[in-house]
Amino acid sequence: MERIPILKLGAFLLVTIQIDLYDRLALDLEEDLVAMVEKTSVKGVLIDISAVGIVDSFMGKILGNIGSMCKLLDAETVVVGMQPAVAITLVELGLPLKGVYTALNVDKGMELLRSKIEIEDIVEADDDDDTSLN
Amino acid sequence: MILPLTKDTIQVYREQDVVPFRGRVKEYAVKIKMGLVGQTKLITAASEIVRNMLKYANGGETTIEIVSRGRDNGIRLTFDDKGPGIADIPLAMKDGFSTGRSLGLGLPGTKRLVSEFDIKSEPGSGTTVTIIMWING
Repeated sequence: MERIPILKLGAFLLVTIQIDLYDRLALDLEEDLVAMVEKTSVKGVLIDISAVGIVDSFMGKILGNIGSMCKLLDAETVVVGMQPAVAITLVELGLPLKGVYTALNVDKGMELLRSKIEIEDIVEADDDDDTSLN
Repeated sequence: MILPLTKDTIQVYREQDVVPFRGRVKEYAVKIKMGLVGQTKLITAASEIVRNMLKYANGGETTIEIVSRGRDNGIRLTFDDKGPGIADIPLAMKDGFSTGRSLGLGLPGTKRLVSEFDIKSEPGSGTTVTIIMWING
């Protein structure tokens, strides 16, 4: 059975979708990814869709779901590399993917993830200070 | 006056038939030199309708045609199924309406993506959706 590989890269998971997605494959990816986030307790997930020519409402919904599910498991999701024609099509279709972070490429996506996670760490550290003062 | 130039028929009855079908649509769109945005919109629209067809009617027959209208060429796709049909088409065309668990963007979203959109349905005997994407809009 076909599966999309999920790579662990430092503190993040990296998924590069290189083939045309069909529904079953997208659903499997959703399941695998959420399981992997739990298992590796990473703080960020990067999904590279630069090789994906078509994102329809179902696949858009899956990308949004992955973002929400990972958020529940305390991980941020960034979708990177969307082709301009795909962006135009998604918006006209009525699916602007509001729930997920996006970045132009993998580098920028990594940067975004790092900044998100750092901010969280700082906030947490501040919380610790407060408690020590009391 | 819309003239068909070529005609190709593909059966779509399983989810695995969708990717080859999309590939074939792309081939034809490239053949008539449709722009990348037009191609992407057309294939996305086709993907939405085929999904509906598989979900509600267990699949059906699709036809891909290169059509011409004066100096403009385009792709016409016809999706013909023998499913339960759609009782209330205006309702099915409303954003956010779905009898399944989808987002309800399929039909209205598809209409926004293509140049021409037509749907005919007879409850009990099936649904036919026809879309056209012209190269020059």
